[in-house]
Amino acid sequence: MVAPRHVEELVQRVTDGGDDNDIAFDGLRITCDESADDEFTFTLAIDGERVGRAGLDADGLREILAGEAGEGDETVDAYVTNWHYWQERVGGEGTARRAFLRWCEDAPPDDDETADGDRSVPARYAALRDGIDREWGQLCITARFVDGDEPDGERAYDLWHVDDADADLDDLEIYDEPRAAREIATDDEDGRYRPLKTAPTLETGWAFTGLSGTELVDAVGFFYPATIANWHREQEGTLDVDHWSETASRQSGIYEVVSELPREAVDWMAEACCVDSQCLRRREWEYEEGDDLDPDGGDGPFPCREPCSLVIAAARKWAIAESETERTYELELTPSERNQLEELIDAVADDRTDEIREADVNDGANRYRARYLRAKRFADGELEMREQ
Amino acid sequence: MQALVIAAHGSHLNPDASNPTYAHADTVRETGAFDEVREAFWKEEPHFREVIRTLESEEVFVVPLFISEGYFTERIIPRELRLDEFEPEQWESDGTSASQVTLEAEDVGKTVHYCGPVGTHDAMTDVIVQRAESVTGDPSVGEGVGLAVVGHGTERNENSAKAVEYHADRIRERGRFDEVEALFMDEEPEVDDVTDFFETEDIVVVPLFVADGYHTQEDIPEDMGLTEDYRLGWTVPAEVDGHRIWYAGAVGTEGLMADVILERAADAGAELGDAIERVRQITSSATESESNSERTSQAGD
Ligand code: SF4
Repeated sequence: MVAPRHVEELVQRVTDGGDDNDIAFDGLRITCDESADDEFTFTLAIDGERVGRAGLDADGLREILAGEAGEGDETVDAYVTNWHYWQERVGGEGTARRAFLRWCEDAPPDDDETADGDRSVPARYAALRDGIDREWGQLCITARFVDGDEPDGERAYDLWHVDDADADLDDLEIYDEPRAAREIATDDEDGRYRPLKTAPTLETGWAFTGLSGTELVDAVGFFYPATIANWHREQEGTLDVDHWSETASRQSGIYEVVSELPREAVDWMAEACCVDSQCLRRREWEYEEGDDLDPDGGDGPFPCREPCSLVIAAARKWAIAESETERTYELELTPSERNQLEELIDAVADDRTDEIREADVNDGANRYRARYLRAKRFADGELEMREQ
Repeated sequence: MQALVIAAHGSHLNPDASNPTYAHADTVRETGAFDEVREAFWKEEPHFREVIRTLESEEVFVVPLFISEGYFTERIIPRELRLDEFEPEQWESDGTSASQVTLEAEDVGKTVHYCGPVGTHDAMTDVIVQRAESVTGDPSVGEGVGLAVVGHGTERNENSAKAVEYHADRIRERGRFDEVEALFMDEEPEVDDVTDFFETEDIVVVPLFVADGYHTQEDIPEDMGLTEDYRLGWTVPAEVDGHRIWYAGAVGTEGLMADVILERAADAGAELGDAIERVRQITSSATESESNSERTSQAGD
């Protein structure tokens, strides 16, 4: 049931002095015609049409909003409590926080008044009773009503790992304080430090339940810092992408050298670091405006607007290494040994070494195989070869 | 609305480097003095480059969690925050007196009050003293005790030595400790010879660093002879050449650092109500309950 105070709030909004008190939000429209002695027109967008009443006085409007006029009560309820939640509770018009929370329940942007079908208020209200799931990197976010049986418009948000979406809540560690996300995001499942927050190595086994909108945004901010802000800018068409050449030339001190990285090496670097298997940000930066990099930027919802500090630090290593001139070496290897070198490189590059079983000597990156190769082909700790 | 950004170095390799930043940010959050509080890093996320855009506040106070004025506070942070108008001269600093400059961040159209680093604020002197109290477990430590404040030295930046000397001088003037010395890792007077500089049997050694890392947990303990190998840890106090050395980890891990952060913001015009008093209360009571467990802390743990 719609709370009487929500109705009163809404009536207050339209009857308060001032010029533009009309309400036009999420399909609900209330306009006041001052020339016609403050008559109100109330309409809802339902199934692509506007239905409603004109020529109401304030009491008549109150009656309709409170569902006492006997027509479509539940739908009117939904529009009123929906208005209350977004306009009075969430507020922050134009902010990334609000846009993100609207995205969480698949609501249309604020300025889209025509939203219909699945995105209309009645359809969303039906879905919010069970919860609407969205994915943000490895995060699964459920938007739902605090009270699913008698919704008063108040939303709550649950947050967990996408891989835990089918898990029993009893099997997960439950948190309600957003800051706990910082701890969870620090190490991967094997206890290794995750310097890149958007690496797809977030550990499973936890859930945040019953978060408010602000708490949800804070928690997502701890898991994936600044992703909401940059996603919002992208939505608004104001994402400021800094391409490689700009970011590289801005560096100073020990990182000044990164601007010497050859053009083709930037492709290799993006393939090494920025593809979806390594980072869930969708790379939007290129070599420079009009000169795109080869590797795929990724498919994630949130963009990467410039090379991150990890890439810059790695680029320094590569810039220095690439300044060396190539030479030709001659060494003896059997065909199997040559294959094994490739397997070793693949195993490390795909982070597969932990999975190779102790006795799986068919795998070229097996430890015994590697030790054998070293025993055979190394002398004084180095691969034996001749420089041409 | 007003926001606080604590700008720290962070690390790609060591997850503990950012712990003090988080801890102090949380202390400030508890006070509710700011509508928003963010940690920002050079090597972690959110990066300096992207932190301001995560804020809704129009007024932002940026406090660098760095020990001295130099490369990071004068070049890196302003550049990465896009404070394009900033020039170090605007601080009118003699190397330890930078307070704040008010600027616009170009990408977001917000007012940014860019503050001097925590390490050179006068309130830092109290944190060093409090560190001495917590490592000895003695709230009135001073009489019959020597205090060494240890810094990097001039290798990269001469202001780093200035900050160490500045606080050592201020503590010496208070007359609380029998002797106070500023010592360095890479210049004279060197921390290696710490016992040569003191007549007192007890010496408290406080490194003026923002976070624990290999300098405070490996180099300094080994250089002073507290341990052969940092991995074996050391005792607090440790006997060296007939002196008892009370070695504290980085001063930046002291809870009272949150007070210095707030003081910096207050100097730049932040409205803080009674937050500073409250932080002092919270962090001083925390020190008393923690001091015993800290006395036996070892790097090898
Ligand atoms: S630069 Fe590459 S690795 Fe770094 S955040 Fe962007 S996409 Fe990810």
